[in-house]
Amino acid sequence: MSLRRFTLAALTSALMVGSLPASAATELLNVSYDPTRELYVEYNQAFNRYWQSKGHEAVKVQQSHGGSGKQARSVIDGLRADVVTLALASDIDALYQNGKLIPENWQSRLPNASTPYTSTIVFLVRKGNPKGIKDWDDLVKPGVEVITPNPKTSGGARWNFLGAWAYAQKKFANDEAKTRAFVTQLYKQVPVLDTGARGSTITFVNNKIGDVLLAWENEAFLALKEEGGDNLQIVVPSLSILAEPPVTVVDKNVDRKGTRELAEAYLNYLYSEEGQRIAAKNFYRPRNAKVAAEFAKQFPTLELVTIDGAFGGWKSAQPKFFGDGGIFDQIYRAK
Amino acid sequence: MSRRTSPVIPGFGLTLGYTLLYLSLLVLIPLGAMFLKTTALSWSEFIAVITDTRVLAALQLSFGTALAAALINGVVGTLLAWVLVRYTFPGRKIMEAMIDLPFALPTAVAGIALTALYAPSGLIGQWATDLGFKIAYTPLGISLALTFVTLPFVVRTLQPVLADIPREVEEAAACLGANPWQSFRYVLLPALLPAWLTGFALAFARGVGEYGSVIFIAGNMPMKTEILPLLIMVKLDQYDYTGATAIGVLMLVVSFILLLLINLLQRRIATP
Amino acid sequence: MSSSLSSSAPFSLSKSQGRPLGQRLLILSAWLAFGLLLLLPLYVVLSEALKLGFGTFFSAMLEPDALAAMQLTLIAVGISVPLNLVFGVAAAWCVSKYEFRGKSLLITLIDLPFSVSPVIAGLIYVLMFGAQGWFGPWLLDRDLQIIFAVPGIVLATLFVTVPFVARELIPLMQEQGTQEEEAARLLGASGWQMFWHVTLPNIKWGLIYGVVLCTARAMGEFGAVSVVSGHIRGLTNTLPLHVEILYNEYNHVAAFSVASLLLVMALFILLLKQWSESRINRQRHNSAEE
Repeated sequence: MSLRRFTLAALTSALMVGSLPASAATELLNVSYDPTRELYVEYNQAFNRYWQSKGHEAVKVQQSHGGSGKQARSVIDGLRADVVTLALASDIDALYQNGKLIPENWQSRLPNASTPYTSTIVFLVRKGNPKGIKDWDDLVKPGVEVITPNPKTSGGARWNFLGAWAYAQKKFANDEAKTRAFVTQLYKQVPVLDTGARGSTITFVNNKIGDVLLAWENEAFLALKEEGGDNLQIVVPSLSILAEPPVTVVDKNVDRKGTRELAEAYLNYLYSEEGQRIAAKNFYRPRNAKVAAEFAKQFPTLELVTIDGAFGGWKSAQPKFFGDGGIFDQIYRAK
Repeated sequence: MSRRTSPVIPGFGLTLGYTLLYLSLLVLIPLGAMFLKTTALSWSEFIAVITDTRVLAALQLSFGTALAAALINGVVGTLLAWVLVRYTFPGRKIMEAMIDLPFALPTAVAGIALTALYAPSGLIGQWATDLGFKIAYTPLGISLALTFVTLPFVVRTLQPVLADIPREVEEAAACLGANPWQSFRYVLLPALLPAWLTGFALAFARGVGEYGSVIFIAGNMPMKTEILPLLIMVKLDQYDYTGATAIGVLMLVVSFILLLLINLLQRRIATP
Repeated sequence: MSSSLSSSAPFSLSKSQGRPLGQRLLILSAWLAFGLLLLLPLYVVLSEALKLGFGTFFSAMLEPDALAAMQLTLIAVGISVPLNLVFGVAAAWCVSKYEFRGKSLLITLIDLPFSVSPVIAGLIYVLMFGAQGWFGPWLLDRDLQIIFAVPGIVLATLFVTVPFVARELIPLMQEQGTQEEEAARLLGASGWQMFWHVTLPNIKWGLIYGVVLCTARAMGEFGAVSVVSGHIRGLTNTLPLHVEILYNEYNHVAAFSVASLLLVMALFILLLKQWSESRINRQRHNSAEE
């Protein structure tokens, strides 16, 4: 009877699950955000060479990418990340607040407040810049459509939002009402609000929606590289925000899995010259002065404000702007 | 023939027990967990969550687009079912086989395909842009995606019923002097209505909860093109588990009521 | 979902000549709607996939992450379909052969996963088995992992495919009634003998039809699986999730290539379905003649 044979085959395949690879000590899970895919593909290979040269076994680094907030939640819900490399500090703070997966002072454990590389927010426009976009002011001109992801779900979008805010704050000399009106107008001109930075890039580049994409500098460079530069160009505004994507070891997970040494080496190597060079090659601004000098031509200079300097750090900016009922919610409710 | 419990057929206890156990483990207990999670909210808090303006907007959008899709399918599906049952024509077999495609096609694939089709750079999107309107990233695009995903429902519920109506009935009506519209209105419609409503309600229920195919084409703007399932995701990503489950409970209750109505309706069809 | 076992021989009173105008218009508009709503999206998937020729098309499918995703999808299908098959037979048996209180409620419960939003289907398992969930700490102590691992993906797939087999069998078994089984029992057959020799042959094709639909849905589930997957490349990505990842990596062509693989699988499944359907109709036809 064919049915019986079918059942047998099904049971055999059910048994296969039992034989799936159990996690060995030579595996490492790096849970990261959207635009770092290409960076870590290259970095993982370099780290592997380094790690093996130190007399260790080869390590299989597994990658998971997605919106920064969503990735943090997955780790809180039990995704067993050894290290997280997310878009902003408040998403990693959540690992402490929900479930105490890391100590409160996690950010002081590595140099530069645990951010081995930085980036900023720039504009990506269509070739020839048909709408003549030069600075944040031009984004609120009538008829300009702005593409940016949803700050509630995307880390990059929060940097975008704060970049616009910082610019308006300076322009209106700290007049909060005017600043808010400016940012509100900006978001009125957003036709699609994707859930992640990569989704926005696809919307802008492939589906050809909008006149300007607010993007991570690295994301903009990458889009240009993938596109060949035939249809797009980068516009650097007069002022932007220094985006600092941090990294940390997830203590609870590495201690259970016995991977602490490996995980720490993995993150430390990001600060090495080779690690910094790979970051720079993937369009992240390196922290290391020597590497930064090597790549100085690649990164335009512009006035950069920091989250700590202009907004008093994520601990106060996150609830004020992006919390439930925060400024972003108010902007959308008012519409 | 009576359908009373037959004492000679064994296995009632076994099968019912197994059915209940399986359903409990897989469906009831997990769904119960969601209800329990929501009890962390008081009634007034629960009401506050689901009457929040953003939730209301998503509610309106999800139900509105699902309704629109179900209505489109109510018309197109009836047409397709009618043509498939009543006529022979070239390619009928192909059409018959492929009607179920939206069931078999992964929703993510449907999502990216429809976005590629309806985005301003796409095949149909281009054409719409020339005419001065947008499809992708508007409620229209969401409705079209839902129309695709729920297309088979009305067709598949109508087909058996249509096939069972003998053609003589219409011919008799025609002999008695009814015009085609009258014979449709007074003969076919009453017979088809329960099945049509079932298909319509199934399509509607499925459309309200659909995620994969919509997420690519929706545009996801709060208050404008943000569907309920996405709002659940957004709330989750802000660690607002109770808020997310509150919306989940609301959707669950709605789909349960809809299904119960459908099943009662089908019982009425079975026992006229 | 409903039984589509209809499509008995259509009324073929007209050849293509001499067809009334109204009929022609109806057929024409049916084709138009069918083409616009169904065929065009298909065409888009295939044309995007083959944009850069067959070389890239096949290399996208044979890439290790794609193969790993394929394997995981097959595992999820291989577990969820047989389990739901057994459940479907049991549920259809008790619903169709007996009368009892609360039957409508039971049928509604069987149907429920079908109209529950996939996002909710994923969410409930996060609430149960997530680190913050009911069983989270218990699982953690024993180093067991359910969500963000294969068991979670299987569970989510199981949930969304619960109703398929049962829904196909219930109407079929109701229609067949209990007379043949009663006769078998009176002739001295045991319960199992009766099931294997009388019931099963009668419902065989309906069963296959249900399994086919169940397989299709299990293969293609996206929302529910996406919530519980964790998106670890080469480890917890199913084929539909892999499509999304490729799409998000500027790898448009590869995304559509894998999508078209899923599409071809879907078409193959429809073929199987069509075949089982024709067998059901033939069976019905025969039994009607007896």
